Amino acid sequence: MSRPGRHAEEGADGPGGASATTVRPAVGRPVRRLEDARRVRGEGTYVDDVRVPDMLHATVVRSPMAHARVRGLDASAARSMQGVEAVLGAAELGKALRPIPVRLVPDERLLRYLQLPLATDRVRYVGEPVALVVARSRAAAEDAAERVEVDLEPLPAVTDAGSPPAAALFDHTPDNLASLIDEGFGDVDAAFARADRVVRLAFRTGRHSAVPMETRGLVAVPDPGAGRDRGRGRLTIWGPTKVTHFNRGVLAAMLGWPEHRIRLVEPDVGGGFGARGEFYPEDFLVPCAALRLGRPVKWIEDRVEHLSAINHSREQCYELALALDADGRFLGLRAEMTNDMGAYLRTHGTVVPGLSAGLLPGPYELEAYRCRVRCVLTNKTPTGTYRAPGRFECNAARERLIDRAARVTGLGPVELRMRNLIRPERMPYARGTTILGEEVSYDSGDYPHALAEAARFSEFRPNSPGAGGGSAGRHRRGMGLACFVEKTGTGPFEGARAFLERSGALVVATGACDVGQGLETCLAQIAGDALGVDHAGVTVRHGDTDLIPHGVGSFASRGTVMAGNAVHAAVTELRSRVLERAAARLGAEAGDLVLDAGAEVRGPGDRSCTLAELTAEPGLDAVHYFRSEQMAYAHGVAVARVRVDTATGLVVPERIWLLYDVGRVVNPAIVAGQIEGGVAQGLGGALLEELRYDDTGQFLTGSFMDYLLPGTTDMPSIVHRDLGGSPSPRNPLGVKGAGEVGIAGIGGAIANAVADALGDVEGDSDRLPLTPERVFERARTARPQRAPGDARAAAPA
Amino acid sequence: MKPAPFAYRDPDTVDEVLELLAEHGDDAKLLAGGQSLGPMLNMRVVTPAVIVDLNRVRALAARGLSAGAGFALGALVRQAELEDDSGFAASQPLAAAALPWIAHRPIRNRGTVAGSLVHADPAAEWGGVVLALDARLVVRRAGAPPRAVAAEDFFTGILETAVEPEELLAEVRLPPWPEGARWGFREFARRRGDFALAGVACRFDVDGAGGRCRSVRIGLFGVGDTAVRARRAEAVLEGEAPGPEAFAAAAAAARGEVDPLDDGHASAGYRRHLVEVLVEDALADAWARDGGA
Repeated sequence: MSRPGRHAEEGADGPGGASATTVRPAVGRPVRRLEDARRVRGEGTYVDDVRVPDMLHATVVRSPMAHARVRGLDASAARSMQGVEAVLGAAELGKALRPIPVRLVPDERLLRYLQLPLATDRVRYVGEPVALVVARSRAAAEDAAERVEVDLEPLPAVTDAGSPPAAALFDHTPDNLASLIDEGFGDVDAAFARADRVVRLAFRTGRHSAVPMETRGLVAVPDPGAGRDRGRGRLTIWGPTKVTHFNRGVLAAMLGWPEHRIRLVEPDVGGGFGARGEFYPEDFLVPCAALRLGRPVKWIEDRVEHLSAINHSREQCYELALALDADGRFLGLRAEMTNDMGAYLRTHGTVVPGLSAGLLPGPYELEAYRCRVRCVLTNKTPTGTYRAPGRFECNAARERLIDRAARVTGLGPVELRMRNLIRPERMPYARGTTILGEEVSYDSGDYPHALAEAARFSEFRPNSPGAGGGSAGRHRRGMGLACFVEKTGTGPFEGARAFLERSGALVVATGACDVGQGLETCLAQIAGDALGVDHAGVTVRHGDTDLIPHGVGSFASRGTVMAGNAVHAAVTELRSRVLERAAARLGAEAGDLVLDAGAEVRGPGDRSCTLAELTAEPGLDAVHYFRSEQMAYAHGVAVARVRVDTATGLVVPERIWLLYDVGRVVNPAIVAGQIEGGVAQGLGGALLEELRYDDTGQFLTGSFMDYLLPGTTDMPSIVHRDLGGSPSPRNPLGVKGAGEVGIAGIGGAIANAVADALGDVEGDSDRLPLTPERVFERARTARPQRAPGDARAAAPA
Repeated sequence: MKPAPFAYRDPDTVDEVLELLAEHGDDAKLLAGGQSLGPMLNMRVVTPAVIVDLNRVRALAARGLSAGAGFALGALVRQAELEDDSGFAASQPLAAAALPWIAHRPIRNRGTVAGSLVHADPAAEWGGVVLALDARLVVRRAGAPPRAVAAEDFFTGILETAVEPEELLAEVRLPPWPEGARWGFREFARRRGDFALAGVACRFDVDGAGGRCRSVRIGLFGVGDTAVRARRAEAVLEGEAPGPEAFAAAAAAARGEVDPLDDGHASAGYRRHLVEVLVEDALADAWARDGGA
């Protein structure tokens, strides 16, 4: 990677723009997504479309109890049923069962809490796999699964991370405290000691998660003889996504195989959002069964199992205190947070609470900060990342706290923030915290400008800046906003290989994955521009571990930043080789050559050759691994206007404004889609979605009748605006990730808007999702205080 | 989510249906629109030995004005058919007003009125509607004359009705709409199309001379084991002059007479509160609808 300074200049000029081409650049234009044609025509190949001869079907037998000792498992009846090929329990798999490792920020201390692909002596959540049934049809497998008898001795269940533990999930950890995170900077005690005012807030975000339209699924296909130790046969697995290279490594280690004998192939994918594509128990069980039986095995997760099997997320509980001076400047922030981790630590380890702790200070100047996080195990589904992991939560908590401070100080939400936002001249800004083992350093952005624009654009008018607030009458309106910074483009690297086929067509391969976000189009735009050809003719290949030796994947809004820059560098190198070769052939200087839209290289006079002609000899092939030591930070402001029916508690979001700066935009249409999708999911978490358990750990939200996703009729109008203006100086393209800016501020904006409608005072606790019943209770008990000189702060009826 | 194995029968006539029911009784389930049965089969909540598919029985698809100008609905009449039938809306305004609240259009395309009634989900709109309309439900079994069950006697428990395992709910009879009757329909759900947390269908006449509420019917759904008539609320309003005070008093009575479920969707207390809000709103709607003060 080159020095940041040079990148900034290149970013501003538009890399690749210096080279001559007659093709209109695609980067920056809202070109149509190349991958959509096959998908909207029903011609996509999703994992359930993968059918191979001789294929068997698997289903997972799951624990019906939250916490129990496993006394035995009797599969004899199931095994004797017609069509059943195997029932694999812990006894059958024995030593083959190895813990699923932590992918991000591994830590030796976390090893004691990892999950085995099958429970052995103890089950710790409803839905935990205890056996795999393989049969000639899925129906036969499900028939047999009902006959597998699991003898369980119930234990007390731990369902609330904040209460004294009813039991220990692991005997070696009686307090269920898997990890304690201590984050911060400055002298917090001193800051609070000289504070003019301290504002407090208790806030929690509800357990919910990604619900991709397509559930998970795998088809494991062994070559003939692949099961034998010294064979050459390989194992191909269709269905993985997100981090295929990493998952290949995990599977290889668990099977004791060399990586080159395993191929993971990503089909078309109907959404990931952080949850899909991680290494789950089934990612071992299904390939393992295929090898043992020597036959292809398919497993398609159904929606009922999905809701208790996929990583949950977001269940955090905050106690916050903000110290302000007499001018409303933030002196210190204290946070005590509890993160309900669920029953095991999965591939994300403690990354989600770590992100919350590292990014809770957000876009504000702060002298001192201290955040302590208790990562507590409970008898619930294990947790992981979901779009804007840790930030949806911490942004909501912080922005609610600031709104409360805005009322207490009488400064109002905009003015108080303006006094504290980090100013552009302070960039790059060392935040003083650490995430993912990297020091947080905001690279660029004009945060006060974003807020000013948001207030202007949305005609931001809260009810009562000076007091408890709240409007009057049964139906009340409220407005709220939330400022946020988004980490994007997580390293350490991504690679790209670029080559010309014999036809002259450009092919680009990368280790990044397409979970539906538009990666193929964005990379084609970047690649087409870098070579000087039409992006629509570029083929982007991805998600197949055979394509490129190393890959990291698609998460953390990193695809366009990491793979985009890798593609840009690889194709730029390819272009110089093309021009060199063309120059020799045409007897011209490379600098005098022009690539035209017909994939033809033209030199002085009428000498020309086609790209196809240049590929007669091998060598037009370039590989580049783009490395990054520091992330790119996008930012933005979310504004919400809501209507609250205080008689029923129903909150209707009327309009959402989303202003964002994601650096240089590769495809505005794709960014717009990311924003709108993110807003929709954010509204789900703010108002509707909650994965609930009863006191015994029974899972209560196992279907879409109980787990409420926002639908089209629940969507308000969404207006968004690209503020532009701050390309990242940390990569040649100047791009920042855009996948999570839509969702990051929605919880805070909605919570603030509802508080604005109802009134908000010290002592009120706040909790997402804002269900009608919770809002009704809050409206009923609201006790707005009258501020001096504020006649509007009438008590709600 | 694959159903347990079952046998499938698709008879052509009502008599054949009744014979199959006589033969299999409790082991059989009738399939009409399949909008509740389908998911329940897939989730193995029910595992019938035999599915008797009604969809080939053309006689059950009839609907229309019956003798006495009531409206008769055969067991296969889909919700969406009624929704698109302007004649139905003209002759049965309260029932027609409930239709758009029933789930979503794709579900109404397949789902049937009789199927909804006999499934007897306490949150289903039709429960409140048939109670408010004094509907009669015609039940048949092999070798016996049809019997008509009053709506009030129809619902016996959660997902339970007066229809015996050997019986078919063959027809729903909605009485003629009383000339000049006022009506209101309200429900509260977290998302449009969800099962109601509470709902109300109501109607009353206002007698011309003294301007008093008469023939008050208030059907509630989503508030207990079954849809129920709010009899005390009806009595409070009966004979009173329509208006905010009377409606509030009736609503308070309704709140006091329901015994709602306390579940993950809502507490019993909150549901009681919703009943009061919805009844008051629905009565006010009814009064406003025909130009009342």
